[in-house]
Amino acid sequence: MEEELELTVNGRARRVRVAPDTPLLFVLRNNFGLTGAKFGCGLEQCGACKVLVDGEARPTCRAPAPSFVGRTLTTIEGLGTPEHLHPIQQAFVDEEAAQCGFCIPGMVIGAADLLARNPDPSDGEIREALAIHLCRCGTHARILRAVRRAARAMRR
Amino acid sequence: MSPLPSSLARHPELDLWIRIDPADTITLFTGKVELGQGLRTAIARIGAEELDVSLERIRVATADTRCGPNEFFTAGSQSMEDSGAAMRQASAEARAHLLARAAERLRARVDDLVVEDGTVSVRGGGARVTYWQLFGGRRFGCAATGEVPPKDPGEYRVVGRAARRVDLVGLVTGTTRYVHDLVQPGMLHARVLRPPSPGAALASLDDMPVRAIPGVVAIVRDGTFVGVVAEREEQAVRALCALRESARWRESESLPPEDRLSDWLAARPARSFRVEGGVAGDGSTEALPPDPRAAFALTATYTRPYQMHASIGPSAAMALWRCGALTVWSHTQGVHPIRAALAQALGIAPDAITVVHVEGPGCYGHNGADDAAFDAALISRSVPERPVLLKWMRDDEHAWEPYGPAAVVEVAASVDASGRILHWSHDTRSNTHLLRALPYGDRTGFVGAAHREAGMPFARPQPATFYHAGIHRNADPLYSIPRRRIVKHFVDDTPLRTSALRSLGAYVNVFAIESFMDELAAAAGADPVAFRLRHLDDPRARAVLAAAVERSGFAHRTHAPGRGTGIGFARYKNQKAYAAVAVEARVDRASGAIALERVVIAADAGQIVDPSGLANQLEGGVVQSASWTIKESVRFDRVRVTSLDWESYPILRFPEVPELETILIDRPGEPYLGSGEAAQGPTAAAIANAVFDAIGVRLRDIPFTPERVRAAL
Repeated sequence: MEEELELTVNGRARRVRVAPDTPLLFVLRNNFGLTGAKFGCGLEQCGACKVLVDGEARPTCRAPAPSFVGRTLTTIEGLGTPEHLHPIQQAFVDEEAAQCGFCIPGMVIGAADLLARNPDPSDGEIREALAIHLCRCGTHARILRAVRRAARAMRR
Repeated sequence: MSPLPSSLARHPELDLWIRIDPADTITLFTGKVELGQGLRTAIARIGAEELDVSLERIRVATADTRCGPNEFFTAGSQSMEDSGAAMRQASAEARAHLLARAAERLRARVDDLVVEDGTVSVRGGGARVTYWQLFGGRRFGCAATGEVPPKDPGEYRVVGRAARRVDLVGLVTGTTRYVHDLVQPGMLHARVLRPPSPGAALASLDDMPVRAIPGVVAIVRDGTFVGVVAEREEQAVRALCALRESARWRESESLPPEDRLSDWLAARPARSFRVEGGVAGDGSTEALPPDPRAAFALTATYTRPYQMHASIGPSAAMALWRCGALTVWSHTQGVHPIRAALAQALGIAPDAITVVHVEGPGCYGHNGADDAAFDAALISRSVPERPVLLKWMRDDEHAWEPYGPAAVVEVAASVDASGRILHWSHDTRSNTHLLRALPYGDRTGFVGAAHREAGMPFARPQPATFYHAGIHRNADPLYSIPRRRIVKHFVDDTPLRTSALRSLGAYVNVFAIESFMDELAAAAGADPVAFRLRHLDDPRARAVLAAAVERSGFAHRTHAPGRGTGIGFARYKNQKAYAAVAVEARVDRASGAIALERVVIAADAGQIVDPSGLANQLEGGVVQSASWTIKESVRFDRVRVTSLDWESYPILRFPEVPELETILIDRPGEPYLGSGEAAQGPTAAAIANAVFDAIGVRLRDIPFTPERVRAAL
C-alpha cells in the first residue's frame, strides 16, 4: 500500500513512506513539519498551498507526492527564515502586507515564481500572476506594493 | 480619579492584565484574540507606551480560559475600546506601582524618577534600577483604582507612531502556528461527515468498509453526527470520502426560493420593533403622517442576499480528553463563551474544560470555528489521551458556516422646497445576525450537537433589542432629520443558519441610507455631498466626508462615458469610527461589468494607536465589502446549498481590486474607536452611487452582477 519516495525539499533529499495517493501538501506538512503551505480548498482554486516546483509555483493540495519525485521543491521555509528573510519576505514585512496571514506563504511563493521569470513586472502582470491567489482579508493593495518593492530590491 | 474602563472595572486585578516577567520582558494579557486585525500589536503598543518599555520587550498573551481577563467575544469592533482602554489604564497603574518601589529603592521622590525602557533612574544621573530587578516574577496583588492618570498623548513615543506589526515575520515566513499547524505527540487527525443539506438526516451508513481503511482509528457515530479519526491526515480524508460514498440521507425541501428572497422574507412571520435612540422597543410602528410642507417624497427598496464569511482556511480545532478533562485549542472569537457552550452541549462542568485561543484564518465574524471546536471535542471523547486535530473540508465551511442574512430595507423620505429632509422612514427586515455558540437552555448553537441522536434542538434565534444590535445596526441615520421612524422586522426562522458577519446589519442599512441620500439629492437637484453636509452637524463626521471628497476630486470629476464617482459615509453604530468612502468606477455597458478603479477612504477612529494597522483594517473592510457588493451571493436550490467552492462562490481577485488611498484623521486623547467594520456599508453605497454617476442606473439589489447591470440598462 505505502511506498517509499525520495523528495528533494529545500535543498535536502528526504525519504518518506506514504500511500501513493497522498497529496504532496500532507507530506510536506505532516511528515516534514513544513506547515507554511496551507490547506485552503483541496481543489487547486486558492493558491494557499503553493510551493516552487523546479522554480514554478504549483499547488500541492491534490497532486500526489510521487509525482514530485525528481523535482526540486522549495517551500516558504526554504525561501527564507525569520533570521534571514528572502527579499520578497522582507518586502512583505516592509509593506506590512498581511492581516490574518493564512494566504501569505502562497502569495510569497507566487511572487517568487513571477519575479524569477519577469524581474520587472508591470502592475497588470503582477495582478495576473497572483490572480489564482485568494485573500479574504482584503490585503491586496499592500501585497501588490510588496511585490513591486521586492522586484526593485531584487534588481539591484 | 476617573471611572475605570469597562473591562478593567469588571476585572480590576492588575495581575490579570500585566506580568513583569522574571527577566527583561513584560507579558500583557488580553481577553481578546488575534484575528488578523492586529490586536497583539495594538495592545503591545499601548502597554509599551504606558509602561515606558520598548515594544521588543512586550509579549502579548491572548484569550485563554486559564489566565487573563474574561472579555467575552472579540467582536463588534470593541477590542480597542474594551481591551485597549483597559490595558492603557492597567499599564499606567502598574507603572505607578513600579515607580513607588523604585523610589524606595533609590531613596528618591517619585517625581524625580525617569524611566527609559524599563530602567528607572533619578533625574540628573546616578542610581538606577530596572523593573525586573525590582519586581521580576512578582505579583502586584492589588486592583486598579482609576487614581493614576495615563500618559498625556503629547508625550507619546510609541502610540500613533509608525512601527511594524509585531507578528509579521512569522506570517511571511510560514512559521506562525495556526490551529491547523499544531503538532502534539500521539496526535490523530479527524474529519466530520456533514449532511449534504441543512434539512438532511442520516438514513443509513455502512461504515464497515471504512473501518477497514488503514490508519482509521475510530468512527464516531451519534445520530446524524459522524466523525472519523485516523492516524494520518490523508487517511482521515480517504475515510471521509468513503463515508460520503456510502452514506444515505433523508433530505427535504427546507430552503427558501433563492430567486425570490425578498418576497419570501416579507411573507415570513416577523416581530417588529420601533427603534429609538438605537434601541429596539415597543413604540408604534405606524407610518408617519405626510408632511404638508413636503415638496416631494421618495421611496426605495434595497436588498442583499445571504453572504459568506468565506475564510481562506476551513475551520479547525484540536481537542484532548485526559482524566475527564477537556482541552480545546480553537480559533474561536470567545474562549469563555464557547467553554460554557461546550460544557452545556457535552453535559460536563465548565471547570473541566480549558479553551485556548490559537490563531486561525481570518474569520470576519462567526464562521465555522466554534462548530469545529465542538466537533473536535465530541470526536476526541472517543479516543481519550490522544490529541485530535479536526479540520473541516472546503465544502464543509462553504455549506455549514453561518451566513450573513439576506435582508430587505425599505426607505421613504420627504423633502421640503429648500432641500431639507422632513421625515425619514426605514424598515429593515432579515433573519438574525446573532446566533453564536452560547448555552441556550436546552438548545444548542453548535451544528454538531444538534445532529446527535439524543441531540439538543438547534437554538431558536431571539430578537436582540440592545443598542444597534444586529438587524437595526446603523438603521438610524446620523443625519439631522426632524421626524424619523426606524423599524426593525425580525424574521424568526433560519432555514439557512445565519449569524454575525462583519458589520452585521450596518452593511445593508448603510447601503440603503447612503444610496437613498444620493437619490434624494438627485431629486432635489442638489450635489450629493452638499446634500449630506446640509444634514450633518457632527464636526468629526463633516471632516471625514470633506477629506474623502477632497482627495478623490469628487467636486471636479469629469464625466467620461461609463465612468463615475460615488460617495458613502457612516459612523459605525453611530458611536464608533467614522468612515467616508469615495469610489471611482467604470461600467462597461455591453458586458455590464463594473470595474473598481480607485477608492479613497477617510476615517476618524479617535486616538490612533497603530496607523498602519488601522489603515489595514479599513482597507480590508473596503475590499471585502466591494467583493460582497459586486460578486457575492450564496447559491442554493430548495434542498441544498450549491455554493461549495471558490468557483460556485467567487470572491474578488487581484485583477479586480481597486487602488486604495487612505486618509487617517488622528484625534489625540480621544477614545479609541473600533474601525474594522466601519467601511463596509459606506463602500457598498459608494459603489452604487458611482454606478449611477457613470451610467445613470440605480442598483438597489446586491450583488451588482453584470447580468443585473445589463438588466437595469
